[in-house]
Amino acid sequence: MTVIVSQLFTGVSIGAVLLLIALGLSLTFGQMGVINMAHGEFIMAGAYTVYVLQKVITDAGWSLFVALPLAFAVAGLMGVLLEVLLIRRLYARPLDTLLVTWGVSLILQQLARDIFGAPNVQTRAPDFLTGNIKITDDLVLSNNRLFILTLALAAVVALTVALRYTSLGRRIRAVVQNRDLAAVSGIATGRVDRLTFFIGSGLAGVAGVALTLLGPIGPTMGTNVIVDAFLVVVAGGIGHLKGSVIVAFALGTLQSLVEYSTTVSVAKVLVFVAIVAFLQWRPQGLFTLRTRSLA
Amino acid sequence: MLDIRGRWKGALLPLAAILALSACGSKTGENESVGGAVADTSGDTVKVGLLNSLSGTMAISEVTVRDSIKLAVEEINASGGVLGKKIEPISEDGASDWPTFAEKAEKLIREDKVAAVFGCWTSASRKAVKPVFEENKALLFYPVQYEGLEQSPYIFYTGATTNQQIVPGLEYLKSQGKTSVYLVGSDYVFPRTANKIIKAYVQANGMTVLGEEYAPLGSTEFGTIVNKVKASKASAVFNTLNGDSNVAFFKEYKSAGLTAASMPVVSVSIAEEEVKSIGTQYLDGQLTAWNYYQTTPGAANDKFVKAYKAKYGQDKPTSDPMEAAYVSVYLWKAMVEKAGGFEVDKVKAASDGVTFDAPEGLVTVDGATQHIYKTARIGKVGPDGLITEVWNSGQPVKPDPYLKGYPWAAGLS
Repeated sequence: MTVIVSQLFTGVSIGAVLLLIALGLSLTFGQMGVINMAHGEFIMAGAYTVYVLQKVITDAGWSLFVALPLAFAVAGLMGVLLEVLLIRRLYARPLDTLLVTWGVSLILQQLARDIFGAPNVQTRAPDFLTGNIKITDDLVLSNNRLFILTLALAAVVALTVALRYTSLGRRIRAVVQNRDLAAVSGIATGRVDRLTFFIGSGLAGVAGVALTLLGPIGPTMGTNVIVDAFLVVVAGGIGHLKGSVIVAFALGTLQSLVEYSTTVSVAKVLVFVAIVAFLQWRPQGLFTLRTRSLA
Repeated sequence: MLDIRGRWKGALLPLAAILALSACGSKTGENESVGGAVADTSGDTVKVGLLNSLSGTMAISEVTVRDSIKLAVEEINASGGVLGKKIEPISEDGASDWPTFAEKAEKLIREDKVAAVFGCWTSASRKAVKPVFEENKALLFYPVQYEGLEQSPYIFYTGATTNQQIVPGLEYLKSQGKTSVYLVGSDYVFPRTANKIIKAYVQANGMTVLGEEYAPLGSTEFGTIVNKVKASKASAVFNTLNGDSNVAFFKEYKSAGLTAASMPVVSVSIAEEEVKSIGTQYLDGQLTAWNYYQTTPGAANDKFVKAYKAKYGQDKPTSDPMEAAYVSVYLWKAMVEKAGGFEVDKVKAASDGVTFDAPEGLVTVDGATQHIYKTARIGKVGPDGLITEVWNSGQPVKPDPYLKGYPWAAGLS
């Protein structure tokens, strides 16, 4: 029993990580249809923000909380820069966008290598996050996993509220559902695109901050997670936050439960098989978006 | 007429192409029959190849090895070079990709005509370049501890083989009364072979293995593996993870409430450089098995540490693979000088008994196995990120890559 509970917790926390890295992508890829391969490098930028910030603010706790909005801004601005300089010119050419952003991702990785060096860097986690909550002797919930879970849920709530109840959210949804009609109605679609990209990329930065608590911080950390992020968005259904949330937690739990009785590799294979089978059954993903565009 | 000529041309072109191709084919065939490329040592300089991953998941470790090889080369050049020739290092990036290693090895040997190559880290990259060096009859100096059970006539192994690192690590655990172990490793040659040896040792010594887990190279999700380790209640963990995975593993290990006091981890791939990038807060008190630490006493080490820090920065630590790489260049120099020439056959023949007063202590080349005598040392990670020795083998251990001297290992090779 303890095993199942602790594995479920591990699964949910894997899901939370998946959700955090996929959330920004569900905006830029899901809502805007831009295949941004450099999304992983925005995550990396968020992680390096913590590293740089800890040189200024030495207290690990404070630096983490300052890093969250700062990483959002840093990654968001990088996203806007990418949108303005390149992606905007390629909206009608998705395949070219894929190649161009992949190139950008390689450039950003090399840039990180030149600035911070090829080896990984370390950040300090605040003491209150390195401990755990003991429920029984065998069942402990680690604080950093709980923190990431809270962060992921908070991000989902904030994004849902922003999309549903703010005027910016209404404009984003209008542009997604029918770009031409939105433009005719007086919405500056270009500005909405830039803002959407800012938020989506900014969320990648926040994910980067969370990843510093779990794994290595280095130039290739973005490439490690980008495939998983796309999987979540594609299987969740393009244009739907709800789908990404459900799929992220489902995949995390599946991974952890299968892995406990088999091995990491078998679990990975089974997760991929499950996704392929699922997409055979529902090629559009878990939820489909009904748009009024003609395309 | 014109028409017909055109047609003829059409038929002739492919024919010419086939002829040209077959000519190329016979040319490469000739090269092979001669027996590989010969090092070009005619000028004032002698070229050597540096083959390390400067990018990808292994770059974290391999860049430091490249740096220390360069340091040794500079020191040797400053003191007059080898047989009066300055060493000219040519660096290639293996990019953490095994086929790339083979390709770059071929390039260094055939195009650059280097006298020897220094480098490789993972066993997978060594296995990938091994046939290249054997075909071309060229020399590779491999500076990293590895899983043993190998003895290529064209490779000198200056890192530890299993009986100089893993076996002493297990002996230490046994002496501390840690008799049940859990094995965690990356999924490739080294951890799989190392764990085979560990299981044989454990069985013969009345210890138990409570579990064995492999994570894909580069994997950074260790929630489940750490849960399994914790549930097993083993008295120690033997860790053969490599690269980035160690960071994720130790972060998870600590947050699950496991410590060096409750369940120590013995690692064989974590040296000072890795400690720095994982974070000392996660590694405090954990054990490592190596042949050299930055804190190893001795004048040779003081000189090495000082020179390295002066060149690459005061915050840069020195580690076992870096030291073994540094030593490999000096050993090659000593072999060449003993042989009186750069020819691979002569260098190999001269290798037996060559010694060097290394930072880790005196090392001696064993000509029969092309490995070196090394002192085994178990160390503990301190809060300052440095590793201090808690136990050593007392004297250099004779290399035994096939573990022939250990009855329990019969049947492994």
